[in-house]
Amino acid sequence: MAEFVSLAQGIEAVLSDGCSVAMEGFTHLIPHAAGHETIRQGKRRLTLIRMTPDLIYDQLIGMACAEKLIFSWGGNPGVGSLHRFRDAVENGWPHKLEIEEHSHAAMANAYEAGAANLPFAVFRGYKGVDLPSVNPQIRSVTCPYTGEVLATVPAIRPDAAIIHALKADREGNVLLEGIVGVQKEAVLSAKRSLVTVEEIVDDFGPRNANAVILPSWAVTAIAHVPGGAYPSYAHGYYKRANDFYIAWDKIARERDTFLAWIKDNVLDKGPDAFAGHALATREAA
Amino acid sequence: MSATPTEMMTIAAARLLANTDVCFVGIGAPSAACNLARLTHAPKITLIYESGTLSTRPTVLPLSIGDGELCDTALTTVAVPEMFRYWLQGARITIGFLGGAQIDRFANLNTTVVGPYDAPKVRLPGGGGAPEIASNCGQIFITMAMGTRAFVEKLPFITSFGHGKGKGDRAALGLKTKGPTKIMTDLCVLEPDPETAELTVVSLHPGVSREQVQAGCAWPLRFAAEVTETPAATAEELSVLRDLHARTRQAHGVAA
Repeated sequence: MAEFVSLAQGIEAVLSDGCSVAMEGFTHLIPHAAGHETIRQGKRRLTLIRMTPDLIYDQLIGMACAEKLIFSWGGNPGVGSLHRFRDAVENGWPHKLEIEEHSHAAMANAYEAGAANLPFAVFRGYKGVDLPSVNPQIRSVTCPYTGEVLATVPAIRPDAAIIHALKADREGNVLLEGIVGVQKEAVLSAKRSLVTVEEIVDDFGPRNANAVILPSWAVTAIAHVPGGAYPSYAHGYYKRANDFYIAWDKIARERDTFLAWIKDNVLDKGPDAFAGHALATREAA
Repeated sequence: MSATPTEMMTIAAARLLANTDVCFVGIGAPSAACNLARLTHAPKITLIYESGTLSTRPTVLPLSIGDGELCDTALTTVAVPEMFRYWLQGARITIGFLGGAQIDRFANLNTTVVGPYDAPKVRLPGGGGAPEIASNCGQIFITMAMGTRAFVEKLPFITSFGHGKGKGDRAALGLKTKGPTKIMTDLCVLEPDPETAELTVVSLHPGVSREQVQAGCAWPLRFAAEVTETPAATAEELSVLRDLHARTRQAHGVAA
């Protein structure tokens, strides 16, 4: 059964130096507060897995938490580059970053294979492109029925998955709605999981019979962190802070402005800061 | 009132879309073009974003592929593995829209690196959904502004496959989809030549010369036997597009 913990306890429980972690959320419900706590705890040599690294991994990479990145699209959506990711790949700052690069289809299939307890994912992809020549993990299999050659990638089986969700009930069941991305697959493919939530309720109440719910017995730990997705968003709670995504371009472009921002907004702050972000965004919305 | 080159690119792309199309939409010019079509001549067009939103009808353009606006206005929202497996790989999409940092004469695209992969001069975001959009959609429309750093002789990296090294390369890989059929730029429209698949200028936007187009392309461009002029933007097209951008800027908290 999922255990209710503080954010600090949750990160301590699911992450250790050198482990692999998928902090997922496809634009929606990105677990930013958990990323900040990871930075505060000074985790090192992590293998970071995520389809769209986004600002959360830009911050972890810039703070030297990552040894390797497994990803499929490393940009600031609608804005441009992730400058800390680029600085690591282009200049080796703060240190060299190993990368394993895929397409979205490959990673989505690989998470599903992980959740399904399969060794690899098979799909129709990577035709005619150069990624297989730089990523030896991309291979192929011949269909035993038709003879068609199909692409394969290893299943994603992270040590830990960390996601942000809308609600947990007192039993520790977790509810997600809206753009649900690959979070269910990430949690079910991982050995252990931490879910941060906007709200803890007695009961989910009336809901769609097909709502995405992770049962308590499939989750390791839950931390109540209102606003924990900011500047990403939580459907029905607060909107995506598109202005912050635009502002991040300037903050992250130079190492010193990035480090100053991290000191003021991560190292000198705690999870409570996120509640304020959510409230301010909700009032403005 | 006349269109800027970027507006002309978006408008030329929008005109190609019909009510019966099912479009896989990327952020930026493709999203503007698809929504312009929806707000003008193609109100029933189906727009799909890779975040899982099916048949979405946003009132403002999303900044990201997964803005709440897309989910709020969608018919339904599915998980990302389902999006890529059932809807894209399942061959339900008629048109995929792509852009890129660089394109070559056979409409292969690079959004991965400039320079060597292991020691890149510029690390770009990478492929995302593009490699499988390029192979699994019925056909591909590309929107890209011209310039010699974008329209290049040789790509350092092929992120998405267009027509390879020429006609027949798609079929040789077992691809049954058409690949890139139209490339809308800020200066002209190009199509693959029916015999060779090499990109060929088929229409020039109003007031644009052949010399201007060639100046924006690093390889010697071919022109169709009959090059037409792209019809000028209408007042309606321009006002709907500009209203859409104004609403978008306001919604994203950027000074209009």
